[in-house]
Amino acid sequence: MELNEFVEKFAEQFEDTDSSEITATTNYRELEEWSSLVGMMVIAFVKMDMGKTVTGDDLKACKSVEQLYNLIMAK
Amino acid sequence: MINKAYIKGISYYLPERVLTNEELIKEFPEWSVEKVADKVGVYSRHIAAENETAGDMAEKAAMALFAEYSIKSSDIDFVLFCTQSPDYFLPPTACVLQNRLNIPTSAGAFDYNLGCSGCIYGMAIAKGLVSAGIAKNVLLLTAETYNKYLHPDDKSNRSIFGDGAAACLISTDGFAEIGEFVLGTDGSGAEYLIVKTGASRHKAFSGGQDIDSEGHTHRDDYLYMNGSAIFNFTLDAVPAMMKQLLIKNQLEKNNIDYYVFHQANKFMLTTIRKVCGISKDKFYIDLENVGNTVSSTVLIGLKECVDKGIIQSGMRIMICGFGVGLSWGGTVLSI
Repeated sequence: MELNEFVEKFAEQFEDTDSSEITATTNYRELEEWSSLVGMMVIAFVKMDMGKTVTGDDLKACKSVEQLYNLIMAK
Repeated sequence: MINKAYIKGISYYLPERVLTNEELIKEFPEWSVEKVADKVGVYSRHIAAENETAGDMAEKAAMALFAEYSIKSSDIDFVLFCTQSPDYFLPPTACVLQNRLNIPTSAGAFDYNLGCSGCIYGMAIAKGLVSAGIAKNVLLLTAETYNKYLHPDDKSNRSIFGDGAAACLISTDGFAEIGEFVLGTDGSGAEYLIVKTGASRHKAFSGGQDIDSEGHTHRDDYLYMNGSAIFNFTLDAVPAMMKQLLIKNQLEKNNIDYYVFHQANKFMLTTIRKVCGISKDKFYIDLENVGNTVSSTVLIGLKECVDKGIIQSGMRIMICGFGVGLSWGGTVLSI
């Protein structure tokens, strides 16, 4: 999966946050809607669409969507 | 001679008190309960009364089973009780229940400590007892009062978990033959779902707490669940278990007519369903008014499916449980 598609799918996990607010450099943990539930949805989409596992610690460690993408791709 | 083992009857009991999402909103006005309810799939749940224990609820579930299926307590020759909230450290609640239910003193009885996989393990033990001719009528009871372990401020878990009990008779005849089992354990994940203090390792309540990777407060003296770790475990364990179950039962995926998995929460179940490639119409999800009752969800689900005619004669049903331990198990029922 390319970064652009990842960012798009990542943004789809949010309900109230407009997708235009989420780019590769967004620090998603600072978004108002970010919660453990949205985190679970990210874990689910990464599992289903990329066949990889993201942990709660991974989500906490990354400071941007791109950083998370890179971490997943390195797995 | 190896006897076949069957489920002969299932009943359940839910405590009187119902906690609705509207009530939770009053306690947590800042919380988007509707959004959470939409994902988690729970709109109300039952809560055991302050003086009501898992043993009390199991007794009521057993009484309901006896009444509904005209079962005589004198016919029961084994009691298995699955709980993580026993009435006492000792004696086993199963022994107390033998007396309260007027089950003969010639019956065997013991408790075992499992959570969301507990119903499956109970069926495995009961099948073993029946198959070996050790017992003919095993009363399997599951009951949990997780809400007594939850901190009042723990809104996530309070929205998910409901208290409840189920009773199931496993016998030499019945309506559902119990097939081959797949069981598994990974104790390296023990701390992902835990009540740390109060038992022998840390007897005194510590008051200790910290913030986990998801921003949730981890309190030593209350139930703690690392949601993402449990979720990841489930997404790995369940699809693998499903494949093993098909092999062990010598079945193809299209031989399974319906799936009743542990009702953890709606979002988790939907994700598991998609990862396992199971169609919506074959997959049971219903926690709206019950919540996650831990070891009772599979039995409650089976009962509902039988009563509503979703499960019918001639069908093969895959059932799975997974959670605290970490522990998992599954089998196939032939109706």
